[in-house]
Amino acid sequence: MNDIENAVIAILAEQAMQDPATITMTTKIEAVGLDSLDMVEAIFAIEERFGISIPFSSTEGGGVDLTSVGSIVAAVKGLMAQELA
Amino acid sequence: MARVVITGAGTINPLGHDVAQTLSSMREGRCGIGPLTIRDADRLRVTIAGQVANWVAEDHFAAKDLGVYDRATQFALFAAAQAVAQSGLAFEGALAEQTGVILGNSGGGLTTIDDNYRAVYQDGKDRVHPFVVPRLMNSAAPSQISMTYGLMGPSFTVSSACASSNHAMGLAFHMVRSGMAPVMLTGGTEAMLCFGGLKAWEGLRVMASDACRPFSANRTGMVQGEGAGIFVFEDFDHARARGAGILAEVMGFSMSSDAHNIVMPSREGGARVMQRALADAQVAPDAIGYVNAHGTGTIANDRTECAALSDVFGAALERLPVSSTKSMHGHLIGGTGAVELLACMMALREGVIAPTIGFEKPDPYCALDVVPNVAREARVDLAMSNAFAFGGLNAALILRRI
Repeated sequence: MNDIENAVIAILAEQAMQDPATITMTTKIEAVGLDSLDMVEAIFAIEERFGISIPFSSTEGGGVDLTSVGSIVAAVKGLMAQELA
Repeated sequence: MARVVITGAGTINPLGHDVAQTLSSMREGRCGIGPLTIRDADRLRVTIAGQVANWVAEDHFAAKDLGVYDRATQFALFAAAQAVAQSGLAFEGALAEQTGVILGNSGGGLTTIDDNYRAVYQDGKDRVHPFVVPRLMNSAAPSQISMTYGLMGPSFTVSSACASSNHAMGLAFHMVRSGMAPVMLTGGTEAMLCFGGLKAWEGLRVMASDACRPFSANRTGMVQGEGAGIFVFEDFDHARARGAGILAEVMGFSMSSDAHNIVMPSREGGARVMQRALADAQVAPDAIGYVNAHGTGTIANDRTECAALSDVFGAALERLPVSSTKSMHGHLIGGTGAVELLACMMALREGVIAPTIGFEKPDPYCALDVVPNVAREARVDLAMSNAFAFGGLNAALILRRI
């Protein structure tokens, strides 16, 4: 696993007060135990960690798939690539 | 206990600079929400708001007074002048000594704070205007109204986030009903549309991207507005004795706390406050002919409010028009209940129910008659106005046609 994956898992695990070892790339967000408010905080922490802006609204989603740990990591990687481009 | 009536109303909000313009906009389903035009708007994700258009404070207030009038205070004074004029009251002698002003407000002088923090932090200035404190304080608006009209009774600001003005009007109602004061000025004011204020809201990730579409399946969140609504609440006998025109009767009020979550609403808390308001007004649920919903346009509010309405009104909910005028004027936060009370008064007095505009697609979790997009004529004898605030602080008012 690379640094981005480890960092995203660490942030989600801390928000959910879970052991990071229980979270994998295929874990769904509901299974991590994050509600919509937890997600607002977790997304904020991820944005701060990577210096990116993730389009996400608690009411309408936001056009990026944030339903699993793997999809969040993919979104972070994509947004970081856009920042560099 | 005294009966309490409304004998004056005034407003300034995204739908108009007075009550007539506002009600005309509500009848036409006109949207007062548009592109946000404030300093540094390009650094915000929020791009729309319900701003008060064409407001030139210098046209209404002396330059020396504007030094202590934050935008929220300007709105409150402007609306209060309309309400007092309509009531026909002259505040003198014992009446002036007993009358007070209770307003709802959440952000205080947030634009004043924003401007002055910018001056000292960003621009590096070491000096601010001497009256920043009396200008930004949360209680500035009722203070200035009390001074303008010489009102020496109880005056203060109630701050309970989005329920502030309903709480304020409820307290004013209690004071007149109990005989403590024959007249109270009440309502709410808010002016938080500044960079810092909206940046804070942006963080919550609840702000709409396109429009405020309460109860619509394709909603995208809430839209913030600004403005004020001010009313004259008066003892019915006092009003009748002087031959005053009566706009509506305040029949009941209730407040409750969810004791649940700082931002998520509770179905039980919402139902409880409506049930208690009905009990206070001594009316049955099926006697209510219109509900002005809190209806913010977030999934959390809309679905919870709908579930609470279902618990309170049961089968009668099918025939009960429930609209959210926030779709037109946005969410005025601490002033919102005051402007929304105007929609209740229009339903009672003119038999016109304001629509929920921007409604495009029913949400299966919100099976309501939301009066979609077009105002509707109906005879309404009793109307309820809901406010459910962050922190789980709820306040509901019931008005009667008179």
